[in-house]
Amino acid sequence: MPIQYYIILSMVIFCIGIAGVLTRRNTIIIFMCIELMLNAVNLLLVAFSKMHYAASLNAPNHATVGSEGQLFVFFIMVVAAAEVSVGLAIIVMMFRNTHSVDANFLNRLKN
Amino acid sequence: MSATHILFWFLSALAVVSALMVLFSKNPVHSVLWLIAVFFAISGHYILMNAQFLAIVNIIVYAGAIMVLFLFVIMLMNLNKESEPRKNVWMKLAGAISAGSLLMILVSLVGQATEVSHKTLIMKDGNIGLIKSLGKILFTQYVVPFELTSILFLSAMVGAVVIGKKD
Amino acid sequence: MKTLLAIIVLLPFCGFLLNGLFRKHGTYKSVARLACTTILSSFIASAIVFGMLSQGTTAETVKYFDFINTDSIKIPFAFQIDHLSAMFLLIITGIGFLIHLYSSAYMKDEEPQHFARYFAYLNLFIFSMLLLVLGANYIIMFIGWEGVGLCSYLLIGFWFKNDNFNYAAKKAFIMNRIGDLGFLLAIFWLIARLGNANYADVFANVHNLSQTDITAITLLLFVGAMGKSAQIPLYTWLPDAMAGPTPVSALIHAATMVTAGIYMIARSNVLYSAAEFTQHIVAIVGLTTALFSATIAIKQNDIKKVLAYSTVSQLGYMFLGLGVGAYTGAVFHVMTHAFFKALLFLGAGSVIHAMHHEQDIRKMGGLKKYLPITHITFLLGCIAISGIPPFSGFFSKDEILAAAYEKNPVYWGLGVAGAAMTAFYMFRLYATTFLGKFRGTQDQEHHLHESPAAMTIPLIVLAVLSVIGGFVGVPEVLGGKHLLGEYLSTVIVPEPHHALAHNTEYMLMGISVAVATIAILFAVSQYSKKPQLEDATGLGKVLENKWYVDELYNTIIVNPLNALGGFFKNIVEKSGIDGFVNGIGRFVNYLSRQIRLVQSGQVGGYILMMVVSVVIILFIWIHDGEIYKFLVTKLF
Repeated sequence: MPIQYYIILSMVIFCIGIAGVLTRRNTIIIFMCIELMLNAVNLLLVAFSKMHYAASLNAPNHATVGSEGQLFVFFIMVVAAAEVSVGLAIIVMMFRNTHSVDANFLNRLKN
Repeated sequence: MSATHILFWFLSALAVVSALMVLFSKNPVHSVLWLIAVFFAISGHYILMNAQFLAIVNIIVYAGAIMVLFLFVIMLMNLNKESEPRKNVWMKLAGAISAGSLLMILVSLVGQATEVSHKTLIMKDGNIGLIKSLGKILFTQYVVPFELTSILFLSAMVGAVVIGKKD
Repeated sequence: MKTLLAIIVLLPFCGFLLNGLFRKHGTYKSVARLACTTILSSFIASAIVFGMLSQGTTAETVKYFDFINTDSIKIPFAFQIDHLSAMFLLIITGIGFLIHLYSSAYMKDEEPQHFARYFAYLNLFIFSMLLLVLGANYIIMFIGWEGVGLCSYLLIGFWFKNDNFNYAAKKAFIMNRIGDLGFLLAIFWLIARLGNANYADVFANVHNLSQTDITAITLLLFVGAMGKSAQIPLYTWLPDAMAGPTPVSALIHAATMVTAGIYMIARSNVLYSAAEFTQHIVAIVGLTTALFSATIAIKQNDIKKVLAYSTVSQLGYMFLGLGVGAYTGAVFHVMTHAFFKALLFLGAGSVIHAMHHEQDIRKMGGLKKYLPITHITFLLGCIAISGIPPFSGFFSKDEILAAAYEKNPVYWGLGVAGAAMTAFYMFRLYATTFLGKFRGTQDQEHHLHESPAAMTIPLIVLAVLSVIGGFVGVPEVLGGKHLLGEYLSTVIVPEPHHALAHNTEYMLMGISVAVATIAILFAVSQYSKKPQLEDATGLGKVLENKWYVDELYNTIIVNPLNALGGFFKNIVEKSGIDGFVNGIGRFVNYLSRQIRLVQSGQVGGYILMMVVSVVIILFIWIHDGEIYKFLVTKLF
């Protein structure tokens, strides 16, 4: 399978995620779109790891070439999990203070 | 077209459609459900590439833990279709256009890139996705980051608890 | 010789430093003693130098160090001690000492620190004047020239709390400066032509200069002299300078600073003898000034202003002498004028002191019985200035007039007319002040007293000098040897002199003496009985208002310059430059206000901007070459 297919698939999902972040105002949905983006990247990394594996068929360490990509995906998932927990805590706190999850409400950085 | 190809196209379509539905759903609970569908599709891609470990971890961690957490929070805040805040039409348009242009640029980038023009990847073969090989490398070469992630989790936990305290 | 000259010059400078820096700690006695001692010591040293030169020591140039030392220009800091400078040294330090002594009593009304400041300035003035006459090249002379200008400014504006006095001081300094421009241009011309400005080199190389060079240089030097020695058109500062204390007027504006111009031209006599055109100019300007200011003096009512215009007039005579080639005569007149003018000013100071700072002669009169010593000395001074033999003024003035007759009888005729006016206004002053009845208030009459000894002793000394000082220059025709002429002949190259026949000389002398005597008698009879108290009308009014010259200068020069300055300030500076600079500030403010709106606080907006910028960056990166080509083809 040519690698371009995977690249384009991953990009599509990534751009959908960006469109979601820019378009939606509900903070939770924005957060979910961020997860979407992360997953797109995960997909691409795994695809690249398999590509390197394929490219190194003749090398001596053939057995483990490309495993770094999948390990990186593993760590991304770890980080995503941690980030989700903290992010949701923040959203809950914000909801408690303002009784709304509107992103435009949080314009304290103004001026 | 071999079975692999068919599965690839099917899973890709599923992923894209589900992602779009995440975007367009009014009810946040529906968005969560569509996102779970996306995760399943991506796990399917992983299995197609023989990255078994990651496929399972994806399902367990993402679809299982993270999305459940999202649902908890949504339920907690009692969000449904009416309480969805309205968005400015122009902002929506601007967001869509910029994302679209980003996509086009990236696609053209891929078209021009020479390093990846004739590379292919092996779908079903290869042991690197198995738990055994990954585990070997993880616990020998990359053990330090592994330990660091445990500290990361600790700090995330502490942070979440501190932030969520009701004072 | 080197150390003697250094002592002469440095002692007053030390006096300036000590009195100036420690002015808050001195007492009247300590300050006055320090100042007078330094000048007295300089005088004694000058006398020693004078003696040495008369005994036969040759004139020399004493170099101390290199002042300017470059490849093309070498100016040494050197003093030239010869007969001319020795004579001036004596005059400066001698009269300077007398005036210091006089001031120690006159300025007693001031607070100690101002008293000390006064003496510090006086010492600085003497120092600068000594530099001026001792310099061995035009640069050192210029240093002294500027120094005396500065001290004149400081001393005229001594009572700085009065704005009018400050204006007078500024006027003096600025007019001086205008003259200095001419002086500087002359120096530059000399250096450009000859490579240095030393007297010895310049005078030896006169034949290397073209006629235009010489004429231009001498004219420019004369412009400098015009400013310093108050000739037309740069003379209006001198009457206004009477705002300073009277001893200052005596020292600076009678005896020393104003004679700097004469000294310079006398020193450059080699140059001037070669420039006939300039000599004509000098003579005409001098003569015009002499007559013009004499007419003004006739109608002035302030005792010091009369003396000021008299000074301008006498300076005119000196320049007339220089212009007709009688350098020795002019220097002689400098000496005698120093004696009697200082005497007259100090006498006026004594009168002002007694009248408690009243200076209007219409309010005086009959002072002769209250101020006997002042009266006698003032009278002697008046006779001397009028040119009555055997007083000093007669010999010096007559020498100038005789030389003028040789050149052009018209000069002589006008000179005699000026002498008549001189005698007239001086005795008008004398009669109005000292004769007749006292016209002041009862209160003033009560306080009239003779001045203390410190003020009368200098008066007496100067009176004696005014009487006998002329005998160093008795012309042959009367049977004497012209000692001064012989003395100065080493420095002043005498012009070829067609001696007048003795009879002509007797006739000239007789006419001038007779005219002067008639004027004296007329003035005394007019003014001792009924002085003019009512305001003058017609020509008298014009004369009283100094021919409206100051007003003329104001309209022609001062007001346009002020308007120009105002224009520059308001339009160019305020609207233009300020507007531009402030405008930049305002523009930056505006810009920042607008840009600040970008920070809306909406995170969504920020992310949108991020995405857009990423898109742009990628676009440029991918199509790098095409964008460049596109731009190039579009623009060119």
